[in-house]
Amino acid sequence: MAESSALAVRLRPYRAVLVSRMRSQRSYRASFRIDVVGTMLVGVIELAEIWVLFHGAGQIGGVSFTQMLLVFGLAEFSFSIADLFFGHCDSLPTYLRAGTLDVFYLRPQPLLLQLVTSDISLRRLARATVGAVCLVAGLAANDVEWSVGAVVLVALAIVSGIVTFSALFVTAAGLQFFLIDGAELTNAFVYGGRYAATQPASVWPRGIVVLFGMAFPVAFTAYLPTVTLLGLPGSEWLPAWLGWCAPLAALWAVGVAGLAWRVGVRHYQGGGG
Amino acid sequence: MRQLGRIYGRLLIAGFRRQSTYRLAALGGLAANLTFGLLKLAILSAAVRTTSGDLGGYDLATMSAYIWISQGLLGSVNLYGRLDLVDRVKTGDVAVEFLRPIDLQAATLATELGRGLFTLLPRGLPPLLVGILVGMSGPSGWLGWLAGPISLVLGMLTSYAMVYLIAVAGFWLVDVRGIQMLYMAVAGFLGGLYVPIWIFPEWLTTLAVATPFPAMLMYPVDVLSGRAEGLEIVGLLAAQAGWLLVLLAVGQALTRAGRRVLEVQGG
Repeated sequence: MAESSALAVRLRPYRAVLVSRMRSQRSYRASFRIDVVGTMLVGVIELAEIWVLFHGAGQIGGVSFTQMLLVFGLAEFSFSIADLFFGHCDSLPTYLRAGTLDVFYLRPQPLLLQLVTSDISLRRLARATVGAVCLVAGLAANDVEWSVGAVVLVALAIVSGIVTFSALFVTAAGLQFFLIDGAELTNAFVYGGRYAATQPASVWPRGIVVLFGMAFPVAFTAYLPTVTLLGLPGSEWLPAWLGWCAPLAALWAVGVAGLAWRVGVRHYQGGGG
Repeated sequence: MRQLGRIYGRLLIAGFRRQSTYRLAALGGLAANLTFGLLKLAILSAAVRTTSGDLGGYDLATMSAYIWISQGLLGSVNLYGRLDLVDRVKTGDVAVEFLRPIDLQAATLATELGRGLFTLLPRGLPPLLVGILVGMSGPSGWLGWLAGPISLVLGMLTSYAMVYLIAVAGFWLVDVRGIQMLYMAVAGFLGGLYVPIWIFPEWLTTLAVATPFPAMLMYPVDVLSGRAEGLEIVGLLAAQAGWLLVLLAVGQALTRAGRRVLEVQGG
């Protein structure tokens, strides 16, 4: 009991910041509403893009549109949740350039935790909703053989997906300490990774398998669990049972993120204020 | 008249030189363009192979051309809705620009064109090179080669004229961020950035063609990749020029009306 209240005391500052951020976003009502609708539309259009392609081609890489719905739902939901918590790591270069990051160093709290809890963008929940709807629709529309194993697989995929995408954001943030003006460089694997996650990885040439199947393992967030769940044939480089390895991929991504973040923070020498 | 032309020419050169200082950012953008290009190449060429040439008439060479040319133009054609003018309208700093004896719209477009033309070097050429290496198609005949650059510049100008409208909408709205987001989603989709609009279901293609968005990216890509030939090229150029004129006219009207509602605080 005493322990849990001690934890509550320690978390109080974070909670206060987050609650105030959420309230501030909702105070401009019209603006917030347009933001939410816009964000939702972006998610819907991304699905439309997949639909158009599969509508024209029928099947691509041994996957149909109905099956893609599940891949898209998993990827979109996991990414949006990761984006909700870690997405504003993207604003680190702005702090670095303005020298305002030094303020974070003055507080007796871990840097990354402060950065994560410094803001929360509620409109990202709109995209998570699009993802969740597609995920449920995908699970209903496909011929899933429900069992304890299947439920565990889906749960593992969602949790590992959120962790993997969060790790990508942190990896990118760690690299920002070196890049500063080249922040777009990390978009290649963060937002490229999100795009890759919504693709059937069976069509990838070897180079991309190495990049998005191993180095930044987004293939494990949606495509591979779907293949395992629906019993689809895997490809030569990505066999069907790999969907079970999503947690391993997430662990690897967290390891890379931890290293990138630590090296980045050590490299930082202050804004010279 | 000649003097005015010289002023906008200077602005164009200034935009070109300004963009040339952001080299690391250009490199970052290029890395993203190449990554997205490779991912799109994988899935779109798989789609072409499955349909054996039935996908909107695309084969591997024209699809590669579509991918690499559109990725190469992405840095220069404004499909994101971001423009410096947006902030200046919001803060009211734009009032200073109204004091100058030049046209706000023409000055904005000239500066943006300069920036866009420079961006073609670091972000347009490398994807083009990749495209040539993997074997993409090129403009068809002398008309295609002649019309390609014209179509490209028309596409860039059309996108700037459109984004200018978003910026001047700020005279009436407090925050245009929502509109920017809507623009980004719709322009990318109907402009043919994600998939060519010619493989859409028919009703959706008709809808896309009825908007100015394909004039920004899809038509220039069609001309440059040789998908459009002969008279078709002339038709696409005419559509681009038409949309550009309409957007310019609307922009002029909105600027004039917006001047009257602009409120500047402080002294």
